[in-house]
Amino acid sequence: MSREEVFEKLNEVFRDVFDDEEITVTDVTTADDIEEWDSLEHINLLAAVEQEFGMKFNMGQVVSMKNVGEMADIILAQIG
Amino acid sequence: MRELEYPFDGELILKKSKKLKRALLEGRADFLEKRIAVLGGSTTHDIVRMLELFLLNQGIRPVFYESEYAQYWQDVMFDNQELVSFAPDLIFIHTSNRNITAYPSMQDQEPQMDALLTEQYEHFHVMWEKIAEKYHCPVIQNNFEYPFYRLLGNQEAVCLQGRICFINRLNERFYQYAREHEDFYIHDINYLSAAYGLDRWSEPLYWHMYKYAMCMQAVPLFSHNLANIIKAVFGKNKKGLSLDLDNTLWGGVVGDDGPENLEIGQETPMGQVYAEFQNYVKAQKDIGVLLTVNSKNEEENALAGLNHPDGVLKPEDFVIIKANWEPKSKNLAETAAELAILPDSLVFVDDNPAEREIVRAQVPGASCPEIGTPEQYIRVLDRSGFFEVTSLSEDDRKRSEMYRANAERKKQEEAFGNYREYLLSLDMQGTIRPFEAMVMARIAQLTNKSNQFNLTTRRYTQGEIEAFAADERYITRYGRLADKFGDNGVVSVVIGRMGSMGDKTAYRQMERVTGDTGSDVLHLELWLMSCRVLKRDMEYAMMDSVVEACRECGIGTILGYYYPTAKNGMVKEFYRMMGFEKQEETDTGVSVWRFVIPDEYEHQNTVIAVQE
Repeated sequence: MSREEVFEKLNEVFRDVFDDEEITVTDVTTADDIEEWDSLEHINLLAAVEQEFGMKFNMGQVVSMKNVGEMADIILAQIG
Repeated sequence: MRELEYPFDGELILKKSKKLKRALLEGRADFLEKRIAVLGGSTTHDIVRMLELFLLNQGIRPVFYESEYAQYWQDVMFDNQELVSFAPDLIFIHTSNRNITAYPSMQDQEPQMDALLTEQYEHFHVMWEKIAEKYHCPVIQNNFEYPFYRLLGNQEAVCLQGRICFINRLNERFYQYAREHEDFYIHDINYLSAAYGLDRWSEPLYWHMYKYAMCMQAVPLFSHNLANIIKAVFGKNKKGLSLDLDNTLWGGVVGDDGPENLEIGQETPMGQVYAEFQNYVKAQKDIGVLLTVNSKNEEENALAGLNHPDGVLKPEDFVIIKANWEPKSKNLAETAAELAILPDSLVFVDDNPAEREIVRAQVPGASCPEIGTPEQYIRVLDRSGFFEVTSLSEDDRKRSEMYRANAERKKQEEAFGNYREYLLSLDMQGTIRPFEAMVMARIAQLTNKSNQFNLTTRRYTQGEIEAFAADERYITRYGRLADKFGDNGVVSVVIGRMGSMGDKTAYRQMERVTGDTGSDVLHLELWLMSCRVLKRDMEYAMMDSVVEACRECGIGTILGYYYPTAKNGMVKEFYRMMGFEKQEETDTGVSVWRFVIPDEYEHQNTVIAVQE
């Protein structure tokens, strides 16, 4: 899967989770950019991303992930 | 909603919860609003989010109170004012093995371990007692799931020092309390986590990262299971199964293959699967579920199939058998009408997806589970929780019998030319008395599940029912009815409030309209009757008793209220039948009725022998 394809799928997940069809994420998107993205929604978001890509984040990754770009890197590394 | 019916895709529900919630809210208007306090020993955010969906899907619109993180005990014990003023209709205590503060150590001797067990138990016990005293509402309490590791390996459950052993003993104390206290229910997460898979359930990441007692993916299953108890408590259980025959209760088509060639019994693997399913269905009868047949068949063939010597279910296990070539939706509606229940209280079980689709489209609210392949039928029906048991009452065990007796009565009715003669022939014995301890649970249950013959559709918890009974300002009556065919149990409830009190009730406005604010008025806040005793004159017997009670208290006027709902059209003119005069009717169809007790009141019931 290319990085572009990963971002396309991530957009769908973000739109579903935050119920907002306008969302488009980029490498530098963070929780500050999406109003409803608080620590509680974060759990739900990660679970939805895991399900979409059929992968799991480990605890170290969850703790250190800084933005959507890093999220995409982890996904790409896992699904190859 | 299909997405929320077992077997569901939990991850999809988690992801699309906002969208689903919107659709549920747009889908219907007649929600029952309930105030639910969730007191957590770990994070509860997503549990509440999922619970809301499953409750909305059951027609219950929850308003939530969520304790601050892990404040379940403090909220109760120190009277958190927010919780007090929230005035919950139900309290759910979400604790898990993460809330067990001490386990036995390897050096402990038996007395020390017993003391430790009592200490852990008492932490919860004092809280439950405080809730019972302060809130008078149903309580749902998680039991404990097993830990995800075993220091003593396989001895963990055997040695008293083992954590699994300790948890089993602690759970048993919880169950003991639940057995001894009404309106206290265990949410069995020990079973649920096993069914889900304990390793996945207790994925430590979710505890250490987010302080969740289970993994995120298990939350929908958890909340679904919890919602089942809540809807059962509030009277939203289903009442019966509408069962297809061919390839549902046995393998093969009886009309084509002949009864001798059906797959049922111990001869073949498939026959065994169907026999196990028939066993499961038959056992439902003992917990009060009504069994009915809804099959496209010649009746003769259907009966031949049900009389198969290796079959477990026999024709007499069913209260109604419809085997014909009518659409199944029509059969289902007629079955409901004959049993005097609503079509949406039946669960339609059919292996054919096309039949399920038709019933789904034609009978709104009827459940048509995706039962899968024969070896999955039991699990799907079981986990769906259509008939979630809250307590096993005598009534539940006898329900099937009662409905069968009703069918007998119908036959007899046809043999009489004159209806009064028929009623007299039933040899009816009524008991009408003020609310009393023995029947409080049944009365509360009735107020929560009666929809059709219910004038105001007010729902009460057992605590509230007990409070009415103890309050001198209220006249309460419940009625039982028995006849020569059997005992119907408690079937009618009336609650009246004396009018002199200036308490705040929904009826104050009505009092002004009619001008009756003196001390000699009885406001009928609730009048309901079970539809299984329709047209037996029980309502007249209740009226007589209420009038007598009024006279003893010097009350001369009775005011009745009718609040229309989607389901109680049958009693719109009820008070007129009882001799009331209509005072007022609003644009929304709410009507107020007045009955002035004459000096010489003649009893209206002349067919039931009533005992006080």
